[in-house]
Amino acid sequence: MSASSAFNDEKGGSSSVGEPEYGHDPASGGIFSSDYKRHDDLKEMLDSNKDSLKLEAMKRIVAMIARGKNASDLFPAVVKNVACKNIEVKKLVYVYLVRYAEEQQDLALLSISTFQRGLKDPNQLIRASALRVLSSIRVTIIVPIMMLAIKEAASDMSPYVRKTAAHAIPKLYSLDPEQKDQLIEVIEKLLADKTTLVAGSVVMAFEEVCPERIDLIHKNYRKLCNLLIDVEEWGQVVIINMLTRYARTQFLNPNINESLLEEGGSGDKTFYGSDEDEDEDEEEKEKKAEVAAMAKRKPYVMDPDHRLLLRNTKPLLQSRNAAVVMAVAQLYFHLAPKAEVGVIAKALVRLLRSHSEVQYVVLQNVATMSIKRRGMFEPYLKSFYIRSTDPTQIKVLKLEVLTNLANETNISTILREFQTYIKSMDKDFVAATIQAIGRCATNISEVRDTCLNGLVQLLSNRDELVVAESVVVIKKLLQMQPEKHSDIIKHMAKLTDNIQVPMARASILWLIGEYCEHVPKIAPDVLRKMAKSFTNEEDIVKLQIINLAAKLYLTNSKQTKLLTQYVLNLAKYDQNYDIRDRARFIRQLIVPTEKSGALSKYAKKLFLALKPAPVLESPFKDRDHFQLGSLSHLLNAKAGGYQELPDWPEAAPDPSVRNVEVPEWTKCSSREKRKEKKVEKPFYTDSEGESGPTESADSESDSATGSESSSGSEESGSGSESEESKEASESEEEEEEEEEEEKKKKKKDLKKPVQESESEQSSEEEERKHQRKSKPRKSESESESDEDEESESESSQSESEDSESEAEVKKKKKPAESKPPPKPVKKESKKEKKEMSLLDLDDFEPAPSPQVTPVNTFLSNSLVTDLEGLSLSDSVLSPATIAPSSTLKSYELLHRITGEGLSVEYCFSRQPFSPDANMVAVQMQFTNNASSDTKNLHIEDVKLQSGMRVKEFPEIELLPAGETATAVMGIDFCDSTQAANFQLCTHTRKFFVSIQPPVGELMRPVFLTENEFKKEQGQLMGMNEITEKLTLDVKCRNEHTIVQRVTTAANLSRVPCGSDKECRFAGRTVTSGSLVLVTVATKEEGAAQLTVNCEKMVIGTMLVKDILQALTQ
Amino acid sequence: MIHSLFLINASGDIFLEKHWKSVVSRSVCDYFFEAQERATEPENVPPVIPTPHHYLISVLRHHIYFVAVIQSEVPPLFVIEFLHRVVDTFQDYFGVCTEAAIKDNVVVVYELLEEMLDNGFPLATESNILKELIKPPTILRTMVNTITGSTNVGEQLPTGQLSVVPWRRTGVKYTNNEAYFDVVEEIDAIIDKSGSTITAEIQGVIDACVKLTGMPDLTLSFMNPRLLDDVSFHPCVRFKRWEAERILSFIPPDGNFRLLSYHVSSQNLVAIPVYVKHNITFREGSSQGRFDLTLGPKQTMGKAVESVLVSSQLPRGVLNANLNPSQGTYTFDPVTKLLTWDVGKINPQKLPSLKGTMSLQAGASKPDENPTINIQFKIQQMAISGLKVNRLDMYGEKYKPFKGIKYMTKAGKFQAGLPDKWTLEYIKTELLHKEIRIN
Repeated sequence: MSASSAFNDEKGGSSSVGEPEYGHDPASGGIFSSDYKRHDDLKEMLDSNKDSLKLEAMKRIVAMIARGKNASDLFPAVVKNVACKNIEVKKLVYVYLVRYAEEQQDLALLSISTFQRGLKDPNQLIRASALRVLSSIRVTIIVPIMMLAIKEAASDMSPYVRKTAAHAIPKLYSLDPEQKDQLIEVIEKLLADKTTLVAGSVVMAFEEVCPERIDLIHKNYRKLCNLLIDVEEWGQVVIINMLTRYARTQFLNPNINESLLEEGGSGDKTFYGSDEDEDEDEEEKEKKAEVAAMAKRKPYVMDPDHRLLLRNTKPLLQSRNAAVVMAVAQLYFHLAPKAEVGVIAKALVRLLRSHSEVQYVVLQNVATMSIKRRGMFEPYLKSFYIRSTDPTQIKVLKLEVLTNLANETNISTILREFQTYIKSMDKDFVAATIQAIGRCATNISEVRDTCLNGLVQLLSNRDELVVAESVVVIKKLLQMQPEKHSDIIKHMAKLTDNIQVPMARASILWLIGEYCEHVPKIAPDVLRKMAKSFTNEEDIVKLQIINLAAKLYLTNSKQTKLLTQYVLNLAKYDQNYDIRDRARFIRQLIVPTEKSGALSKYAKKLFLALKPAPVLESPFKDRDHFQLGSLSHLLNAKAGGYQELPDWPEAAPDPSVRNVEVPEWTKCSSREKRKEKKVEKPFYTDSEGESGPTESADSESDSATGSESSSGSEESGSGSESEESKEASESEEEEEEEEEEEKKKKKKDLKKPVQESESEQSSEEEERKHQRKSKPRKSESESESDEDEESESESSQSESEDSESEAEVKKKKKPAESKPPPKPVKKESKKEKKEMSLLDLDDFEPAPSPQVTPVNTFLSNSLVTDLEGLSLSDSVLSPATIAPSSTLKSYELLHRITGEGLSVEYCFSRQPFSPDANMVAVQMQFTNNASSDTKNLHIEDVKLQSGMRVKEFPEIELLPAGETATAVMGIDFCDSTQAANFQLCTHTRKFFVSIQPPVGELMRPVFLTENEFKKEQGQLMGMNEITEKLTLDVKCRNEHTIVQRVTTAANLSRVPCGSDKECRFAGRTVTSGSLVLVTVATKEEGAAQLTVNCEKMVIGTMLVKDILQALTQ
Repeated sequence: MIHSLFLINASGDIFLEKHWKSVVSRSVCDYFFEAQERATEPENVPPVIPTPHHYLISVLRHHIYFVAVIQSEVPPLFVIEFLHRVVDTFQDYFGVCTEAAIKDNVVVVYELLEEMLDNGFPLATESNILKELIKPPTILRTMVNTITGSTNVGEQLPTGQLSVVPWRRTGVKYTNNEAYFDVVEEIDAIIDKSGSTITAEIQGVIDACVKLTGMPDLTLSFMNPRLLDDVSFHPCVRFKRWEAERILSFIPPDGNFRLLSYHVSSQNLVAIPVYVKHNITFREGSSQGRFDLTLGPKQTMGKAVESVLVSSQLPRGVLNANLNPSQGTYTFDPVTKLLTWDVGKINPQKLPSLKGTMSLQAGASKPDENPTINIQFKIQQMAISGLKVNRLDMYGEKYKPFKGIKYMTKAGKFQAGLPDKWTLEYIKTELLHKEIRIN
């Protein structure tokens, strides 16, 4: 700061010359006064009771900050006002705090409690802004508080607060990178958020914190694609860029096949291409031949997810936001099949009408694209014509594009344009134009002579710069066919008298030296003139004079021997050591002496070797290895934090990872697939923290391959056939699912290149036939890649989107139906687990903590049901017989690692809490995993929402190492799902923890008779009644399971009921004792209706969600 | 993303700074000043400047450089677009976006910047949302605030922030419900000396001023939507409806907004509404040049061409011009060599012309530039592309709004007088001809 303030003073001094100081500026009314004494009255104003005075003071202070003046000495006075009632004052104080907190860390801590209070405010704007400021204060001490606040806000009801939480993640990360793992958990949770408001921000956080964790995207990929169009513009940019990278790792190159068709195109290119182009094409052809051969074996079918991305981003080309358009353009450039890339050209050309800065960036990108995909921009050639009003940098870029677009059909128009540009007054631009002409001439041999003539004409231009630039370009052109142009060389030799620009003189001298055999008479004369003026020349010219002398000495020593000696002697005493060195070197090399070494024999070879013609190529060549539209691309250098765009994978990774439902392991039959699954293994183990599913998957696929091998291993076709027939029999299933199947089949096709091509083809044909027969829909989805069908398929897409959730539900049922009962029981239960953990991240889930460990409970749950099912116990079994302890879900309060050996789990014991009936009993289990004893376990510093109360558990005095202890505490949650925050203290450490109850635990069971129930229900109609239709999970269609599941989800008791179609439950909320009545009425085929009657509507709605979830899965 | 923002005026003073992350010393702007010195023209400062630790991305609007400091990879267009949005917001709030306006409202500016970015990532850029959070300063409100002590800052989260239509706030009420649309087209054209068109394209926009109660759902259909070659929409327009039916269907923002910008491509034949005949000659050795310029209407469908303004940058060698306009007035600035001729309305019966002589620097060689001529004009009640709005319907609300549609055509970058078509080979022959003429 001191440096910058010094700078300010300096600046202020200099500005007073041209600009009045703000202090004297009547408009600013003394706000900018830099007089330090006035800070005293600011302090006074801040201390006063009047809000208006405070506001005035804060406004002045903010103006000082804006001006870059140091206002840090006011910190104590300002921070006092952080809790000011006036919202504008408060906001300005926030501004001040964020600016200076880093410098005054100790004082800044004073304000923290205000923000913590703000985090609990009922007004979501205040919650959000408290979190914003809290996370913007860069003070390392508060990292744990920030972490806690972020975690909490990530499960806030308000999407706006969740968005703010997403914004806070990168802030915390930059403050303390060690929090990365915890932050990734939060990111994972927020990625699953379904609101568009959050999507952009969380992807942004993902990109900043863990861009390498591409596996987090799998499950959210389709959701992101579908939400994209509704996300705000800035979020769209970030998401699209991220998805581009994602797609590059997950899908196959769509242009593999098209290289076949392209062959014709590239033949074209060689026709007008120059020599070096041809060389390249040769190589390319070889490569392509290879690729094509590969492609023949393996027909490319675009992954539907790949198509989804392309389809959903396309409309965004119409966005008003240039950054969005550019993002989509680069996505298409990097990901789309060649035939479809063209659509972006129009949109990019449109951007050229925007502000010049936008033009600048877009043109850079167009320049890169136009090298690879010239055809794309050819129709828009005229849009790149240069206007005299364009800034020079735009002109030069347009010139670049025009040059890239030039081919033998449009070259005449382009040259005509260039012709007018040469007359421009902007000399830099003229120079660039001349170079562009040179490049056209090298690339297009037909116009080489025309261009050369034109350039020679320019040699008589009055402007020296034009002449000089022309000379340089002509030199390069002449190198291609020197023998044809000796008259031009002669002409240029004459120019040495007039041209003064060193580069041009050097070029001419080099030319004469190089081709001195073509101009044998003139060359010595030029050397003579140059020798005369040698001492006055620039260094590069001197070097070329020596060069010329050496070459002439070698070819025509009779005439030039003495001149050469003379020049070398002059050079020997030159001031520049380069020139002295060169002279010495050349003398040794060319002048034969008795001592001269072996080298002098080769002097001629050294000097007069045939030099390859220079390649005039675009500076934008090969820039496309940077992701287009990125800063790195623009600068052609890797910027910090740039993520490489990966190459396409050889074989596509398993697409099923993007399925949101449980992957159907049973379907994978081929060995290769299995291998891939194995590769995927770490992903599951990583993110789910359990190895169950993968194990079962392995065993499953093992058995599958076993069965296949028994049916005959050479017929892979038969396998798929049988699958088809199965599919056909299930024809009443959702279309969506069939598409899913189809995807898998297509994938299988891809995976079979190892098989004999014959059988492969036949099976494919069969499949085709089958597809055509079985559903007309299929043909459409197959032709999806056709652009024309776009709109049609789009509508079908949206349809299927709607039905998606439904389809998902159904799909989950499927495995259960098709499986034989005894063996898969265990497996199913595991699957169950997985689903739950996915859906746990649902929007309205109260989300206790990310480390919910549903494993035990669900396993036991389903085991219980299964066992009961086996024992055929009658359905009148009362809920009480299910031991509550077995269904209790335990939550983690403190993890072993964060707790430094102490781990704490808690569960809602559902026992009445004896000291206070209005409290929910929370049973805590302390385990000391550390090697030393833990003492004095107790609770401190309880932070609660108003009205909430806590009854602490008695202090545990000693917890020896390796021991476990339990304690019960009571919390009055006031019938809300707000978390209770407190510190768990040991004799050495304090840990911030929080307990958040699921809504089902906020009630206790009451016993009602059927009549009482009906009476009470009658009083809770209208607003207090919430009804929801649902389809019951397959395993949950008997009454007993329903009862069991509902009571697991909520602490309710069963109400006896005459009808077996209805299950009724009743309870009262713990604090206020409001009745909660739940009715589940079952109908045919698993349809059911859930009714909740409760005076507290919030509780009612949340309860409906929870029970719904419990019953449908 | 965006680390800091510096505002720099034309004379190189940093008059405002704002940091969203830790403070970046303003000395980072020295790199910008260096680049500025290197660039000959203000608009030639490169928009992206790399420095050892940061990258500077800048835009120039209203003679103010908005310099954003960033530290790591970010799409440059993202930053540029955002900076332009900032300028648009300032303009929206203060009427103008000048240094004085920003300094006068420095607190509002700061509050706005605070709301627009969080940790350098855009948070609220929709003007409707911002206006609910921070009310634009008006004289009346400032007075009321000083008396009553109320504030300019909203206490509730703007409804738009959470809704699916963030551009519209709820609870809008008007006594007069009206929806006006302006179809404004600009022609960009380059016309060569002989009068034939080198390129011509039409850029059009539809600007709307919608003041309707409640949540109206509008549809706007065109007689000839196929004309539109390329369009970009306000986010409120439903893409799919346009794709399928070529109908604009949208829930409009409240107040003024740009509904649509479109492009009528150069592939379509573009009617050029005016023509220029000019003859500017200089003679070798003579200190006089002749200037002769005539304008005329062409394909205007009977509408008058108004507010015609011709400007031309004459060659540097011209000392003065002594011209005689048949109508309007002309000025010639001997320093910048800019000739402007305010023609006014073109009368088809009596074509406006500007004739006379130019005096050249004595002894100077013949200026070789062929001056280009820029023309500005307006034509009311006509969209030159022929685009016509068919109908405007409103759904979702009961009342009947006033509707209005206005058309206008303007000249955009309209240049005439570029040299005739030639190829490089023709140069020789032309040079020869000229020599013959001189001899």
